[in-house]
Amino acid sequence: MKWDEFFVTGDPMIYGADVSIVLTMVGILFYLTKYKKWKWLWDEWLTTVDHKKLGIMYIVSAVLMLFRGGVDALLMRTQLAVPEAKFLDSQHYNEIFTTHGTIMIIFMAMPFLIGLINVVVPLQIGARDVAYPYLNAVSFWTFFIGAMLFNISFVIGGSPSAGWTSYMPLASNELSPGPGQNYYLLGLQIAGIGTLLTGINFLVTILKMRAPGMTLFRMPMFTWSSLVTMVIIIFAFPILTVALALMTFDRLFGSHFFTLQGAGMDMLWANLFWLWGHPEVYIVILPAFGMFSEIISTFSRKTLFGYKAMIWSMLLIAGYSFLVWVHHFFTMGSGALVNSVFSITTMAIGIPTGVKIFNWLFTMYRGKIQFTTPMLWSLGFIVNFVIGGVTGVMLAMAAADYQYHNTYFLVSHFHYVLIAGTVFACFAGLIYWYPKMFGYKLNERIGKWVFWVFTIGFNVCFFPQYFLGLDGMPRRVYTYSEESGWGPLNMVSTIGGFMMGIAFLILVYNMYYSFRYAKRETTGDAWDGRTLEWSTPTAMPPFYNFAKIPEVTGLDHFWRQKQAGKVEKLKAEDIKPIHMPSNSGVPFIMASFFFVAGFGMVFEWMWMAIFGIIGVFGTLFYRSFEYDDGYYVSVEEVIETEKISK
Amino acid sequence: MAHAETHDPNTPLEYRSETGRLNILGFWIFLGAEIALFATLFATYMVLSHRVADGPALGELFEVESLLIQTFLLLTSSFTCGLAVHEMRRHNVKGLITWMAITLGLGLGFLYFEIQEFLHFIHEGANIGTSAAWSGFFVLVGTHGAHVTFGIFWVTMVLIQVAKRGLTPATSAKVFITSLYWHFLDVVWIFIFTAVYLMGMVTHNG
Amino acid sequence: MANKTVANEHHGFPWKHLIGFVLSIVLTLFALWIALETDLSLTWILIIIFGFAFLQAALQLLMFMHVTENSTKSNLTSRVQIGNILFAAFVAIVIVIGSVWVMTAGHAKHDKDQHAPKTENHENHGGGSEHDSGEHGSHE
Repeated sequence: MKWDEFFVTGDPMIYGADVSIVLTMVGILFYLTKYKKWKWLWDEWLTTVDHKKLGIMYIVSAVLMLFRGGVDALLMRTQLAVPEAKFLDSQHYNEIFTTHGTIMIIFMAMPFLIGLINVVVPLQIGARDVAYPYLNAVSFWTFFIGAMLFNISFVIGGSPSAGWTSYMPLASNELSPGPGQNYYLLGLQIAGIGTLLTGINFLVTILKMRAPGMTLFRMPMFTWSSLVTMVIIIFAFPILTVALALMTFDRLFGSHFFTLQGAGMDMLWANLFWLWGHPEVYIVILPAFGMFSEIISTFSRKTLFGYKAMIWSMLLIAGYSFLVWVHHFFTMGSGALVNSVFSITTMAIGIPTGVKIFNWLFTMYRGKIQFTTPMLWSLGFIVNFVIGGVTGVMLAMAAADYQYHNTYFLVSHFHYVLIAGTVFACFAGLIYWYPKMFGYKLNERIGKWVFWVFTIGFNVCFFPQYFLGLDGMPRRVYTYSEESGWGPLNMVSTIGGFMMGIAFLILVYNMYYSFRYAKRETTGDAWDGRTLEWSTPTAMPPFYNFAKIPEVTGLDHFWRQKQAGKVEKLKAEDIKPIHMPSNSGVPFIMASFFFVAGFGMVFEWMWMAIFGIIGVFGTLFYRSFEYDDGYYVSVEEVIETEKISK
Repeated sequence: MAHAETHDPNTPLEYRSETGRLNILGFWIFLGAEIALFATLFATYMVLSHRVADGPALGELFEVESLLIQTFLLLTSSFTCGLAVHEMRRHNVKGLITWMAITLGLGLGFLYFEIQEFLHFIHEGANIGTSAAWSGFFVLVGTHGAHVTFGIFWVTMVLIQVAKRGLTPATSAKVFITSLYWHFLDVVWIFIFTAVYLMGMVTHNG
Repeated sequence: MANKTVANEHHGFPWKHLIGFVLSIVLTLFALWIALETDLSLTWILIIIFGFAFLQAALQLLMFMHVTENSTKSNLTSRVQIGNILFAAFVAIVIVIGSVWVMTAGHAKHDKDQHAPKTENHENHGGGSEHDSGEHGSHE
């Protein structure tokens, strides 16, 4: 392989990206060296097992990926703004919609939600850390390395171009030669390991690490939604693992699972992909539901309406989510009975979701609503998500789906549920828990600008796409003719897309502005909250979270204590030594070996792949022989920490 | 969170530490994920098992003798592994190590016959690239074989730790977890025995 | 009370293990006999041998793996363990039966017949064409 095949060449935009990547790297290295931050970076971040820090790293990565995926989106919208534009060629366009979809789902939505879950859930259940802090670090680093591996395809070797669904035979060696598709397979595979481990970790954490008195039916709704999400992750991600592995075998080792030769079955890939892919939809939406529940309850000053109905509807969704996957390929040509059955299950899964919408509305009913930014995002969610949900039911009817299939109608539908559901929740959750993570709120005035510009831009961008779809515009086309008449609506859509881009920039500016000027929180209870994470005496909880584990007596325990005027003051005699897990560099090293293995597989350099895999097993074995029982934080240190921060 | 708990002296060692209890429960849940993983491989195999293209049919090459040897080796190893944990709960380190060593020997025997069988199939003109059906076969059965291989390394390392440190809440939890893993591999084999070999031979012979 | 049984059983002779082992051997041989030596129809053979497989899996879980055992005094862990395995079984059945059904019904069915081995027996063809006519009927 020559160097000009190794590096992506020929496109001025790519050279621009190369230069900016190199400059950023040099800048970071210079900064770290000049200010002697290497040790700080290693001790405080790379080796940390603290769920709050890991959560913050997840969120920072997710925001970066949101930027990358967003730029992809704007490039596509620029190309489509006018008919027969020459801004991008077809191959480049294919690569961009592929990376946009993959990054937004796998490397933006999931880590954003998992990051918030990491920060919040242990605090909400009154725990000092997760069940397996070490494994939590492994989860983060494998996710991060998977994301990096996927992203370097932009400058080394070429990006995948078969869509985020990577249908066969398009994704086969014959039609997608070169390393691009391998990046997809390996990047997702490595990140998927981390996700599965997160699933197990948080399920056990929520089941076994709850503070005394917090029975299952006293848990905050966000914790409940996380619990159900983890169950879905545990059973859905292995399906993806296998599907990706089988396609890797097809591409690298000549097997015939999904190939056209050897009696392979291309649509079996679609079947396996969506067996994972539909539960995945619920993996990215249930935590969002949980966050909105917390936020709506907090800012309506009321206990969540229909708490148990909420839980049962989520449990139903967890089961149902495995029974609807075929609606993603109604047009494959399976029998009428198959399509009918999956049509019905799909419509049925809308019912528990509808129940939840009414629960939120009834929570607000007669509440004293405060229109803070998180609350605005929640209200925006209800309105816009319903539009996405209703069009979803339209798509669920198999016969009608033959018309909507593969058009912009579908594109608009899933952006209405994923942006209005997941992205709105990410913003709402980020703003809501920002003081817990950083000790100050984001500026509310600027935040409201972000909300309005983004929400209006979102509707301007995607609402016209329903009509483009009904007018027959197919998805994934890189251009269209003048005569089609799709030009004006596409221009409107592009304007909306750029408004969302501007809103993102204002959000980033808000982070900077608030970092400089925001008033620092003096208590742990920034929003007059209801759940345990707000009960820590300091804005940012110390690394051990709770000096004394709270005893919970009911739902919204902290809120009721406040109402009764009985918030406990910490007394020195209550403090006992606190057991905490030690930091470890092994997860980072293990993930680095994963990177080597993945990179070797991408380029089919087997010596490198084998070296990386041996390295991974080496770190596993090293860990097995390491007996580290953690350490104790002394009573004096706890007292000092609590006093300093008071 | 280390709770100071009082234990019934009869509580098995592996359940006495918080870490041990958490790890065992977490491993059970991991086995749930493994069930989904193998189910996907079974689904793939069963969808593709008739799609043999120009290659031989699956049932054509299966042999009862090799199948039975492999099955009994693995079944017995699951039994001896259970005995090892039984000895562990009687605090008999020597019994534990002896039965686990026998388990490992049976596992190695299983692997030997499986590899022999694979080589035989390849010799007969059926490899991973022959047809969709054979791809499904080799990857399903091969994934199980890879799990057994990993299990042998893993059990060996845990036994080394037991030999070095004796039976503690930490080491006994590790032994218990490896035993769950080993029994689970036997469960998977039962389904391979049924869905791959028996079904393959039945549909081939009519 | 589960704890009590755990505590008591690991002192004596491992009867539970021995019974489990003998039963699993019996079930294995019986399944083999049903599959290869009887003249039952394919459907019955499949029902019986898969029934035996699930039985054997249950034996392993109950006799060898102690799935019902609790690690603490509360019975949360055993409920989680059992619930986890049952949900896994549900997902597994959905994946396997669902995939086979979806991928072999309708048009995929015709595709499958093209790739079927030349030695396929006639019984299967009979069953297949019946389904085919059913499919065509529903399309019209």
